[in-house]
Amino acid sequence: MKRVYPDKEYCIGCHLCELACTTAHSESKDLILAYTQERTEKGLSPCKRVFEKGNLCVAISCRHCDEPSCVAACISGGLRKDPETGQTVYDRDKCVGCWSCLMACPYGAIRRHPVDNKIVKCDLCQDREDGPACVAACPNQALKYEER
Amino acid sequence: MKYVIIGNGIASIGAIEGIRKVDTENTIMVIGAEDTPAYGRPLISYLLAGKITPDKLSLRPMQFYKQNNIELKLGTTVSNIDTENKVITTTDDEAIEYEHLLIGTGGSPFTPPIPGSDGKGVYNFTNIAHAQELISCAKDMKRAVVIGGGLIGLKAGEALFDRGVDVSIVELSDRVLSMAFDSNAATLAAERLHEVGLNVLTGVSVKEIQRDGDGKIVGVHLTDGGFLQTEVVVIAIGVIPNFDIARESNITVDKGILVNDHMATSAPDVYAAGDVAQALDMLAGENRVLPIWPNAYNQGYCAGKNMAGDPVVYSGGLSMNSISFYGLPTISVGTVNPPTEENGLEISTILDKKKKSYRKLVFKNNTLIGYVLVGDIDKAGLFTAFVKFKLPIEDDIKGRLMSGDPDILLWPDAFFEKTWNPEAV
Amino acid sequence: MLFQPINKNYHEFHIDRDKDLCINCQVCVRQCSYEAHFWDKARNKVMHDSSKCIGCHRCEALCPTSAIHIQKKPSDFRANASWRPVFIENIYKQADTGGVLLAGMGSPVDIPIYWDRLLLDASQVTNPSIDPLREPMELNTYLGSKPAKLEVTRGNDGKPELKTKLTPQLKLNYPIMFSAMSFGSINFNLHRAMARAATELGTYYNTGEGGLHKSLYKYGANTIVQVASGRFGVHKDYLQAGAGIEIKVGQGAKPGIGGHLPGEKINDMVSETRMVPIGSDAISPAPHHDIYSIEDLLQLIFALKEASEYKVPVSVKIAAVHNVAAIASGVVRAGADIVAIDGMRGGTGAAPAMTRDNVGIPIELALASVDQRLRDEGIRNQASIVAGGGIRCSADVIKAIALGADAVYMGTGTLIAVGCTLCGRCYTGKCPWGIATNDPKLSRRQNPDIAAKKMVNLVRAWGHEIEEMLGGMGLNSIESLRGNRDKLRAVGLSDTEMDILGVKHAGR
Repeated sequence: MKRVYPDKEYCIGCHLCELACTTAHSESKDLILAYTQERTEKGLSPCKRVFEKGNLCVAISCRHCDEPSCVAACISGGLRKDPETGQTVYDRDKCVGCWSCLMACPYGAIRRHPVDNKIVKCDLCQDREDGPACVAACPNQALKYEER
Repeated sequence: MKYVIIGNGIASIGAIEGIRKVDTENTIMVIGAEDTPAYGRPLISYLLAGKITPDKLSLRPMQFYKQNNIELKLGTTVSNIDTENKVITTTDDEAIEYEHLLIGTGGSPFTPPIPGSDGKGVYNFTNIAHAQELISCAKDMKRAVVIGGGLIGLKAGEALFDRGVDVSIVELSDRVLSMAFDSNAATLAAERLHEVGLNVLTGVSVKEIQRDGDGKIVGVHLTDGGFLQTEVVVIAIGVIPNFDIARESNITVDKGILVNDHMATSAPDVYAAGDVAQALDMLAGENRVLPIWPNAYNQGYCAGKNMAGDPVVYSGGLSMNSISFYGLPTISVGTVNPPTEENGLEISTILDKKKKSYRKLVFKNNTLIGYVLVGDIDKAGLFTAFVKFKLPIEDDIKGRLMSGDPDILLWPDAFFEKTWNPEAV
Repeated sequence: MLFQPINKNYHEFHIDRDKDLCINCQVCVRQCSYEAHFWDKARNKVMHDSSKCIGCHRCEALCPTSAIHIQKKPSDFRANASWRPVFIENIYKQADTGGVLLAGMGSPVDIPIYWDRLLLDASQVTNPSIDPLREPMELNTYLGSKPAKLEVTRGNDGKPELKTKLTPQLKLNYPIMFSAMSFGSINFNLHRAMARAATELGTYYNTGEGGLHKSLYKYGANTIVQVASGRFGVHKDYLQAGAGIEIKVGQGAKPGIGGHLPGEKINDMVSETRMVPIGSDAISPAPHHDIYSIEDLLQLIFALKEASEYKVPVSVKIAAVHNVAAIASGVVRAGADIVAIDGMRGGTGAAPAMTRDNVGIPIELALASVDQRLRDEGIRNQASIVAGGGIRCSADVIKAIALGADAVYMGTGTLIAVGCTLCGRCYTGKCPWGIATNDPKLSRRQNPDIAAKKMVNLVRAWGHEIEEMLGGMGLNSIESLRGNRDKLRAVGLSDTEMDILGVKHAGR
């Protein structure tokens, strides 16, 4: 299964991946509308998060672990492993906003949606034809989408 | 039958997913006492509160059982396990042979011997049936007293309150959620509940349930002499593991069914997982019953893999709770109230009563062994990493954690690379 | 402008931010190492200070909505052909600081560029052109000393055999090499990229005077190690690591003076590779203090040949100055296998602006006069000539070869390929493109994978164009073009210039 692997040697901390992620998950698919309106009005947020410490930085999103802690913690079955694709899938409808997954995921990959009582988690850009937006947007090839 | 699982809860789901990682062929039989496919037990408080409808309860989509080749026996109770001949018998007198058996029978509500507790008007709150009972009489309910200020009690209380009932919660210890919270966190939570309109009493317990001539409950007498008027009492003190069936089959039990590193019991090819099992507690370093939702899944998963032939070792359970009180989120992981005489402890707390935010970190010998967050829970997972992976904490890292800023980049380099950027194959 | 020298208001660049497109995402704030963009807490939006902008275009390049345009804003002083704005602003700076004006990259001054005045021939009718897609084209060339004559004998099997022993040669698949740019003045990631690109292309890169890091020894077969006046990083393993050794006597951008790497640009790795203490300035003296005459140079050349057991060619790099032809002749007679000439437009990480803009001569003239002189003295075969200093495109490469070069050194072009915009502030160590810096936060902006790919792409592209132009001239090998002045014609040049270049005027 292909995953997005972050390389902390070449991440330049530009946050373009977060912007691309936001746009890919927006309704308008337009960066300006997504960032200025959808983000402030509807709480649209990126699944990707850039961590920075001194000179180091790296962009993190859901690892789609083989044995996910979030699936173990989910009380509603909203998070589970898709047997075909191998990805960790999130059913927004089933989610009751208990934050157990957020607590259990030691990779910081799950965040609260700013407005709705739901979580924000990477879905490997299922609906995007060219694959994960963050990988395409990184100007320094610090994100790689491949099988390992 | 190659695989038989007694119990249809989250441990069972974990076991199915664990088995199927190794063995995709052989049928798995799941025997559940309740009449529904596996459901999220914590969801019953949402059901009672009217926040979800019954169709949202099941843990996996309908095709799950078919896709995973599961033979589901619902509404069936197992009465006996013959560990020598490897046969289980149900209350319907059906005998089922097994190659590998998992006991995931969970727990039952603990009902203390309170005078006056026999009779109508006293409820438990641990399954769908209980929830449905309460839903049906909620509209006629004026008041309710919930005995127990733990997770179940608070959730039951909230849910009834949301249905318009006047709720009082009575907790014996000096604070609600005495296991998961310390006094600061518990105070913030109790204050929130007060704000909303629930009545929370700590340091008292119910010593008698008063009934009138027709046997209807009129109120409860408290140990401090007080009296609360009520028509309904919900007993939510705790659950005890359903290990009778194991004990009767001469499987070693203590506070729960004792299991080893591979979730195996003392009987050959019999495993136990979930609230019924007494398995390794990661922080305590010894076996304890840790009735926590993710532990049940993980234990089931580990047992499942072992049953199918992959001898993985159980890495140990962690106490973890995420509970929101009317918009005030709280998270508690690991050891939160360490005994003060322990060596090597360092505790850091930051409390902001006005913002209703609290952060407590418990360090021992330069690892993080527990934390509580109230209000500001967004970085919880990153704290969990330090507890779960037992990451080394030097001074600068400790400073960052104490200021509420855990960071993936604080991980040791080699561990980071192994986790996030393993070598391309 | 408060708290600033008053001339700060005459800044060179103006940041134009399109309000309709700017979303305040702060990418520009994070990318600008000069802090020209910043987050204004009070106004809750991104603001900029154009006086800090040095025109590197990093923000413009990375802005996700293309909201930024960097424009020239020299304050419009009254038009004056003599007192151009740059002179006015330089005096303000020196009056404030009392310091020497520094400059980075090659000289931008407006003196004739002879490449732009030389035109190439093409075949028609009598001498048919060659189609590079159908016929084999040889871009290969060999650098090294060629014998005056070849003696051939018949072997035992009756087949002809070469009797003359050949001195070591460097085989190039393209007549283009990556110029010397020291590790320390540029990012180590770019050295990794050049090493990989040179290996993939089958050409060479030059370490510059910063030494060679151990991790790059494995690319030694495509590396020319440089021995400069400061002898940084020079030890036995170093000399034996490369496929060629180059003695740097001069550099086109700053003839007559040495190099200077400020202490701030020296980190662990630079220190280890150069063999200097961390934080102390690395100063290369102007002359090699053991070369005070041509005989001394001969001694050094042969010392290096001995140390390398005569297995590799030794090159000498000189700057293009007035008597470059005589100097080159002396260098060849001193035993150099290759003479590398660096013209005045050559790049640099840091040089005094006056020296960079006023010292030295253009490479075109130097090259032509050196080639002619060596031919006149009958020693042209004893050394290959490599020309560098402002090679901007494949046409420049062809013209350089026609004027007599065996190959060219491309420096500035290599950096532009990986993003350089010639803002010329390399000496600050704050290069936002991560090129002229080893600051850990900035140097990661150059990913060697991407950089190597770009360098390879560039040289391959130029290679294709060279094949087209060669074929157009009816030639199928670079070696047929070398020194072939007749393939060039001049436009708008004086008789003297055409005489020096050895080129007729177009129409003749």
